[in-house]
Amino acid sequence: MARETKRRSNGRRSPWAAAALIGIGLLITGGVYAGASAAMAAGSETAVTSALTVEDGKKLFQANCATCHGLDLQGSETGPSLYGVGELAVEFQVATGRMPLQATAPQAPQKPVQFTEEQALAMAAYVQSMAPGPTFPKEETLDGEGDVARGAELFRINCAMCHNVAAAGGALTEGKYAPALGQTSSLHMYAAMVTGPQNMPVFNDLTLTAEDKRDIISSLLFLQNNESPGGFSLGNLGPVSEGLFIWIFGVGGLIAITVWITAKSN
Amino acid sequence: MAHEDDPLEHERASWKPSPGVAVAVSDPVQSPVLAPHRERMTDKDPAAMKRAVRTVYTLFYLSLAASIWAIAAYMLFPIESGAIVDIRNNNLFIGLGIGLALLALGLGAIHWTKAVMSDKEFIQVRHATRGRDSTRTAAAWAFADGDQESGFGRRAIIRNSMIAAVVASVAPGIVLFRGLAPEGENPVALLEETMWTEGMRLAHDPEGTPIRAADVTLGSAVHVIPEALAELDHSEGYLEAKAKAIVLLMRLLPEDLNETPERADWSYDGIVAYSKVCTHVGCPVALYEQQTHHLLCPCHQSQFDVANGAAVIFGPAARPLPQLPITIDDEGYLVARSGFTEPVGPSFWERH
Repeated sequence: MARETKRRSNGRRSPWAAAALIGIGLLITGGVYAGASAAMAAGSETAVTSALTVEDGKKLFQANCATCHGLDLQGSETGPSLYGVGELAVEFQVATGRMPLQATAPQAPQKPVQFTEEQALAMAAYVQSMAPGPTFPKEETLDGEGDVARGAELFRINCAMCHNVAAAGGALTEGKYAPALGQTSSLHMYAAMVTGPQNMPVFNDLTLTAEDKRDIISSLLFLQNNESPGGFSLGNLGPVSEGLFIWIFGVGGLIAITVWITAKSN
Repeated sequence: MAHEDDPLEHERASWKPSPGVAVAVSDPVQSPVLAPHRERMTDKDPAAMKRAVRTVYTLFYLSLAASIWAIAAYMLFPIESGAIVDIRNNNLFIGLGIGLALLALGLGAIHWTKAVMSDKEFIQVRHATRGRDSTRTAAAWAFADGDQESGFGRRAIIRNSMIAAVVASVAPGIVLFRGLAPEGENPVALLEETMWTEGMRLAHDPEGTPIRAADVTLGSAVHVIPEALAELDHSEGYLEAKAKAIVLLMRLLPEDLNETPERADWSYDGIVAYSKVCTHVGCPVALYEQQTHHLLCPCHQSQFDVANGAAVIFGPAARPLPQLPITIDDEGYLVARSGFTEPVGPSFWERH
C-alpha cells in the first residue's frame, strides 16, 4: 500500500494506464468509423431509389471501367473492347461482382458486388447504346417451368464436362475453373450461355434454342431447390472428396476401434 | 506321455545345431517372461464391477431398442410416395437403426470381455510345426506306396496323356472369348472407321438437327453427331456408333488458326471439327476454353491446342485428336468432306 501511494505522489501512472488509453482510443475510432460508414451506406441507399439514365451509366462507366476498356469502349492493353458485347454481358459481369477486376489473374473471380442493380443496368444501357449486342431474354425463358428432364440431358451434353454433372463446378487449365452454379440466378445462367464470359464457349440461340435454355435453367433451379437425396453431398465433387472422407473418418474410426479392442481394460 | 508336458520336445531336438557350424552368441535371445498380473478396477472394486455390468447390459438393451426402431422406421418412413425426401428419410432412419443395433452389440460384447470376464494371463503353447520323425517317415512311405501301386511314375504314357487332357480341357473356355468380338467382322477395321462419310451433315447432339455454318458464332463449342446417327435406335448399335463418331465443333478467328497446308481445306471459315474421343484412353474431351483455344481432358489432364491442329501440349495423350475435314453443302449446312483419315480414340494393338 505504502509503495502504491508513493508512486502516485511521484506522478507515475499505473502500468495498466497505457493499455486502457489505447483501448479507449480504439473504441472511439471504431465507433466513429462504424457510425460514419453506416451514414454513408444510408446515403447511397437513398441515391439508388431514383431511376438512373443512360447518361448516369456513361458517367459510371467513365469513372469505373474506362481505364481498361477505353473511353469509347475500344479496349486497351489491359482490357478487351466492349463493342458488341451487349447489355447482357455488362449486367452479368458487374452484377456477379466479376467486374471491376481487382487484380490480373487467370480468371476474374466472383466477389462482393461493387454496384447496385440500378447502377449495373445503367452501365449496361450505356454500353448497349454505344454498340449493341445480346440483350435480356423474355420472362418466360427464366421462369424455371421448362422440361427439367430434357434440360438435365442438355446440361449433361453441353455443360457438365466443365461445370460438373451436379453443377458443383470444376477445374480447368492453369488456374482457371468453371464456377459452381448452386447460387447462380436464372438471368445469370442465361447470360453466361449467350455471352460466353471469359473462357466459357458461347451457346447462341441456334446452338441451344431459347426453349433449350429454358429447360437447362429449369433443371439447374430444380437442383438448387431440392435437397441432395443422399444426405451429405460433400461438395458433389465425387470420388475425390468421398474418398478423402472415408479414408480419414472411416479408416480413422476403424483404427480407433482396433486400438480400443486391443487395449487392456483398466 | 512325456510329450504332453512339452509338445515342442521333438521339435527342439531337431533344432540341434551342427557342432562345426554353430556360432556361440554372447547375448542369446531371452524368453520374455510373463508380465505380472495387474488387477483391473472391476476386480478390486465391486461398485466398478457393477457399473461395468450395467454398461454392458445397457448396450445390449440399446441394440435391442435400435433393432426395434429399425423395424418401426420401415413402417414410419415409407418410400411409396417416391419423393426424394421420403427415400432419403427411409434410408437414413432404417440405416441408423441397423447401424446402431450392430454397433451397440459389438461394443457391449467387447466391453464384456474386457471389463467383466476373467482376464488372467496364461501361456498356450503352440503346436509343433515339425511332425515327429515317425509321422514324417510314414507320410513319405504313403507317397512312395501310392506311386508304386498306381504306376504314376512308371507308366509315363498314361501320366503324360492325362496331363495333356487336363490342359486341353481349359482351351474351350479360352476360345469362347472370341465370341465377345463383333461377329463376322474384323475388330481392327471397326475401330478404324466411324459413321462419318463424305457429305454426311453435322448435327446437334442429341436431336440430330443439322447445323448451318452461319449458326456457329465465334467462340462457340457445339457438340456434334452425324445426322444419320440420330435415326439409329439403341438396339441398332446407337451407343457403339456414337462412342466413335462424337465430334466437337468450334469456331475461332480464321487468323488464329494455324493450319498445315495439307489440312488447309479441312476447316470452313474458322470452323473446325475434332474427334471428342481422347487419344489417351478414350474419355470425351470437351472442356473447351474459348480464349486460349485449349481443350482439356478431365480424366488425365491431357491438353490439346485447337489452334494448332489439336496438338498435345500437356498430359499423357500420345497424339493429336483426329480432325474431321468439313465443308458446306449447297444449302449452307456443314458436312463432312470425308470420314476421319485416321482411327479415333486410344491406341490399340495394330495402332500405336
